Amino acid sequence: MRTVLLFAAVACLILGTGFLQSWNSALLILNMGLISAVMALGVNLQWGLAGLFNVGVMGFVALGGLAVVLISMPPVGAAWQAGGGGILLGLVLGAATIVAAVLFWARTSGKLRGWGTAGVMLIGMVIYRMVLDPSVEAVEAVDPALAGYLGGLGLPVLLAWPVGGVLAAGAAYVIGKTALGLRSDYLAIATLGIAEIVIAILKNEDWLARGVKNVIGLPRPVPYEVDLQNDPAFVERAAGFGLDGTTASTLYVKIEYGLLFAAVLIVLLVLSQLALNSPWGRMMRAIRDNETAARAMGKDVTARHLQVFVLGSAICGIAGAMMTTLDGQLTPGSYQPLRYTFLIWVMVIVGGSGNNLGAVLGGFLIWFLWVQVEPMGHLLMSLITAGMADGSWLKAHLLDSVQHMRLLTMGIILLLVLRLNPRGLLPER
Amino acid sequence: MDFLNGIVALANFVLIPAIAYGSQLALGALGVTLIYGILRFSNFAHGDTMAVGTMVTVLATWGLQAMGVSLGPLPTALLAIPVGILGATALVLLTDKYVYKFYRAQKAKPVILVIVSMGVMFIYNGFTRIIIGPDDYRFADGERFVISARTFREMTGLAEGLALRTTQVITVITAVVVVAALFWFLNKTRTGKSMRAFSDNEDLALLSGINPERVVLVTWLIVASLATVAGVLYGLDKSFKAFTYFQLLLPIFAAAIVGGLGNPLGAIAGGFVIAFSEVGITYAWKKVMVYLMPPALEPDGLVQILSTEYKFAVSFVILVIVLLFRPTGLFRGKSL
Repeated sequence: MRTVLLFAAVACLILGTGFLQSWNSALLILNMGLISAVMALGVNLQWGLAGLFNVGVMGFVALGGLAVVLISMPPVGAAWQAGGGGILLGLVLGAATIVAAVLFWARTSGKLRGWGTAGVMLIGMVIYRMVLDPSVEAVEAVDPALAGYLGGLGLPVLLAWPVGGVLAAGAAYVIGKTALGLRSDYLAIATLGIAEIVIAILKNEDWLARGVKNVIGLPRPVPYEVDLQNDPAFVERAAGFGLDGTTASTLYVKIEYGLLFAAVLIVLLVLSQLALNSPWGRMMRAIRDNETAARAMGKDVTARHLQVFVLGSAICGIAGAMMTTLDGQLTPGSYQPLRYTFLIWVMVIVGGSGNNLGAVLGGFLIWFLWVQVEPMGHLLMSLITAGMADGSWLKAHLLDSVQHMRLLTMGIILLLVLRLNPRGLLPER
Repeated sequence: MDFLNGIVALANFVLIPAIAYGSQLALGALGVTLIYGILRFSNFAHGDTMAVGTMVTVLATWGLQAMGVSLGPLPTALLAIPVGILGATALVLLTDKYVYKFYRAQKAKPVILVIVSMGVMFIYNGFTRIIIGPDDYRFADGERFVISARTFREMTGLAEGLALRTTQVITVITAVVVVAALFWFLNKTRTGKSMRAFSDNEDLALLSGINPERVVLVTWLIVASLATVAGVLYGLDKSFKAFTYFQLLLPIFAAAIVGGLGNPLGAIAGGFVIAFSEVGITYAWKKVMVYLMPPALEPDGLVQILSTEYKFAVSFVILVIVLLFRPTGLFRGKSL
């Protein structure tokens, strides 16, 4: 009952935006809300179900975005000819170096072990750089204004969503292998670090996804507005609803995106619910509530943690791919931990950790607030500053600072919920 | 001569910057480690505590400059540090009273406190940005160099210059003084000893009549001062920007963990380990190698292992290596 009421309330908020502001912004909030809900589901799986503290959501989201570029952009033929083979060979050599070092470490013992492993790493790194660097330079020299990267595979963009999940899962496996089983703080710092590294790679490896030059014009799974406007049948149908072609086409595109995202969210939500109520879900909660007891019952705690960590990160990766598809561009410079990691955490905590529906609710609600706090703050500040003289520096400063109000608001919301209602809006059953 | 040139280049581009950066990280990591030892959680708001302290200092510096006060060759900000410390202390004490205290009384799990500190991080971050804005501010004034590269070249006749910036010298001196004072306090005074006892064994400390609230209060005082000093030194050396300070969280935590969380000596060692690796791995070694290697072996590339944008990767890799091979850190962690 509480669930239905709360969801109805959030629906009213979004509908209210539609009536009071514009349907375009309402749909925009809805679409990003759907994506945020998917991210929150992923974090909830890790935190709510297993008690794992992952603050690297941003990294997994960005990997999902990278998948969109790698899957859907057409390949740049000239770049592949210039250095595609060299780059692939270099990457293989790099991976081989790490494998060789690990094998060396495992097979030897005694004094030679440390120095030998370091030596293997050093030699491998030198060869790797010798192969990789010239190819990278050659690739980046190919039409740098428009291309300068290898491009993607030219496959349908929807395929990128699961691939984004797989990329994120791969990264999560590597981190999980090293940091799980240690203290929870260590996992937090390790994930924080990996997120920064993923962003650094996206920003600097121009051959991969053009770095800070951004990849724009990603293929879309839905029609373009212009095509719709030029389609007489569509304009006619829009006129039937009393809308002009331009407005109708933007609304139509957003609704189609919304339907796609909703489909993904529903599938993932159903799967999460099934997992939560399955024997596996009960085992995960048992591990979360008392690790020692679960271990005594013969459960392999570290392996289960790794499993749920990889699954949750994969969901974040899918959400990241969806978001980049919606944006139609990959802009590594726009990834900020406060927005992509910690905001998702606020969603999960406010919604109710351990409850999948709660996470979804939190995703919608917090995203709505994130978007709407700014206009509200602007209104508030205009009221406060109404009495001040025009052109005074204080007035200008206060009006300027409105855009930072949302950080403050999110912090206050998080602290209030943690204090007054630590189980969230929809508590775990 | 070539050898000397090589050493000078090494000192100029690697040793001096790394020592200055290492001192800043060490001061930051000391704060993190103290909170971990006494309050027993990883404080995610530490980077933003540094930002708030520095912001107050910057505002006070501007005030002093407007009044025409200056320290001559030294940066005015040194005079303003006490104001910054006061500001940061007031803020963390308020936060402790209205936020953390509640969870302490409840004996909440450490991870809950970490999430709470995440909320505090948002608030501090928003607070800083609202008051001073999100931009880059330089507030270092006074003499820029103790020795500039040109004077050094003229003095010694070497081809390589050695620039020693005032801020670097100040950083190192201040760090040494602050660390010495901190260790004196922890080891010699009654309050310091009670803090160490509290960190070692809370129940035993309570039994022997140590007032926990007083220990917590003193810890916050020290942490706020350390954070402000670290933040101001970093800001003098580079510049002040709210977002950069938030990002410092990663190397600072890496330093604290590498040294062993909860161990002050470890935090200092960790700070220098991280700083030297960061600078060493992102520096283009060609300049030094040209002097030190025979001409036949001269490298054609820049001999830069990673570009500077990957400095976070360095802290991270070191962190992972330490976690894999020595999970408690270089020095045994978890007690002061």
